[in-house]
Amino acid sequence: MNSPAPYLHWGFILISLPNLVLIAVMVALFIAALIVPFPHGAGHRGRDDDD
Amino acid sequence: MRARRPPIEKADYYRGVRMAPYDLVKELSIALVGMLVVVLLLSALLSSPDVPSATIQAWAKSDPVDFVTTAATELAGQSPTAQYGPPYNDGSGSIQGLGPIEPQQWAGVHVAVNAPLDFVLEPLAQSTTGNPSLRAALGRFDAASPAQQQKWLNAYIQALGSATLANAEVTVKSGAYGPVPILMTQLLGLARTGGLDALLLTSDHFYQTDYSKPLLFLGDGGYFSGLAQAQDLTGSQWGMMNETGRYPGQAWLWLFTLWYQVPPFTTASNADLLVVVVMTVLSLALLLIPFIPGLRDIPRWIPVHRLIWRRHYQHTG
Amino acid sequence: MTETGGAGTPPSPPADGVAGTPVAEAEGGWTAAVRGRLTSRLSVDELLPARQPAYVGSWVYVFGVVTIAALVWVVASGCVLALMGSAWWHTSSLGHFFNSIHFWSVQMFFIFMVLHLWGQYWGAGWRDGRAKTWMVGVVIFLFSIVTAFTGYLVQQNFDSQWIAVNAKDAVNSTGLGGFFNVLNFGQMYGLHVMLLPIGVTLLVVLHILQVRSRGVVRPIGDPYVPEATAGGVTAEAGR
Repeated sequence: MNSPAPYLHWGFILISLPNLVLIAVMVALFIAALIVPFPHGAGHRGRDDDD
Repeated sequence: MRARRPPIEKADYYRGVRMAPYDLVKELSIALVGMLVVVLLLSALLSSPDVPSATIQAWAKSDPVDFVTTAATELAGQSPTAQYGPPYNDGSGSIQGLGPIEPQQWAGVHVAVNAPLDFVLEPLAQSTTGNPSLRAALGRFDAASPAQQQKWLNAYIQALGSATLANAEVTVKSGAYGPVPILMTQLLGLARTGGLDALLLTSDHFYQTDYSKPLLFLGDGGYFSGLAQAQDLTGSQWGMMNETGRYPGQAWLWLFTLWYQVPPFTTASNADLLVVVVMTVLSLALLLIPFIPGLRDIPRWIPVHRLIWRRHYQHTG
Repeated sequence: MTETGGAGTPPSPPADGVAGTPVAEAEGGWTAAVRGRLTSRLSVDELLPARQPAYVGSWVYVFGVVTIAALVWVVASGCVLALMGSAWWHTSSLGHFFNSIHFWSVQMFFIFMVLHLWGQYWGAGWRDGRAKTWMVGVVIFLFSIVTAFTGYLVQQNFDSQWIAVNAKDAVNSTGLGGFFNVLNFGQMYGLHVMLLPIGVTLLVVLHILQVRSRGVVRPIGDPYVPEATAGGVTAEAGR
């Protein structure tokens, strides 16, 4: 892990692969959070107007 | 007295909203355990970066010509630190301002650094015990006029451009350098023992946690920035975002460092101040989004929220 | 739990021995006023309810609590590092492991904090009187960046040296260089280990209390509509 990281060069953008991977994972996590259904366990009891 | 709108009671706010059981404590517990597992795994598999610090001793040993050149420019008062300006001294080489606005100048000197004295003459003066030739050279240098000192130093610095290493000694072609070569040789010797690292740090008192002097001295040399270049940490390499080795760095600084890569910041002498101002404005904008028309309406226009709340929209039609 | 105390009166503590009697707010003075506000908005029932609006059922909502979880491990590992001193992790493999925990939990903290920020932005979480919650969140973000910055400065390795030597110019340009000296390890260490974490923690606690006291913002397009009848009896429904 201590050897130099690969870098990606697009125009004036220069980003390390670890940083790029991290950002890609973030975007993927966000999209997943939007899409993946959230488990709805015992949520539909109907009687939801009092505790 | 201005009447304050009372905060909406939660019971009122949720009127008509379908509620569902939600175990907050369980959620936090799962998050804590899950996060711990992830972090422990990453730590065990990837460890963390720890490139050892550079020392003046290492510098003197691996690049004596660069060391001596830097030391000579310090003594000549020509180094970036020597000419910096506030907070270190009364120079003006690194003062940044925006037109009439010069907070750096206004703040004044608070971390006093006198480069010729602090980096060269003082450490040498403390090493004269049992060293008559050094004492004599120092005496000769101190007795000379400032103009003479500059003449020797300028000639020597120029000669260093084609210096050679012979038996680990820095040698230059002969010229009128006065006592300067002796001073530089002695300083190089002192640095090689590690004594200069120590003197720059603790010359004033035993306990010290302020590394201003050794860091400023290191920063003036080519050796130090050469190390950084090899690690892809320099400014033109988006260095602010980067970490040594193959580790993720500070991705959250992407916008801060981005400005340095585009005109006019690339060539501005006050680029740092400009970027600070730009980022302050943008941070304020981020803070005040709820009050900024347009910015606060984008979530309505680009309906990512239809994904977040799609079950809710299905149920309420 | 709250008794309906007549038209529009906030819940007030009963006078001695006379339960249910509306009491002028002046009685009990400041203490009563603070107690009233705390119990109505920050009682244990309000802080730890058993139910949430059904619209909270989205994975986007977990980013906040995951950020908190990361922060817990940042602080815990930081405590161990502080306990053992700033040089420990360079010479001890156990120390290096704790540094790694600190390093990765900081990365996780920033990842999930930014994801939380994205989620709150796209859901316009500042609506319905929640602008201050958003603002405290942004301040936490900025505070965290400064905290991380001081952290990088006190690693006592090459990275620290390089960051210090370069950052000094930006700090100096603002005039703050004499008061916030990035080359001064002692100063940066005190900030990083004590002052800034206290600040971040207090702000996070405030942020959580703000969220809990106001409840979760309603979905865009399903706005809160105040009761048409002024001073009507507050129903117990919808808790």
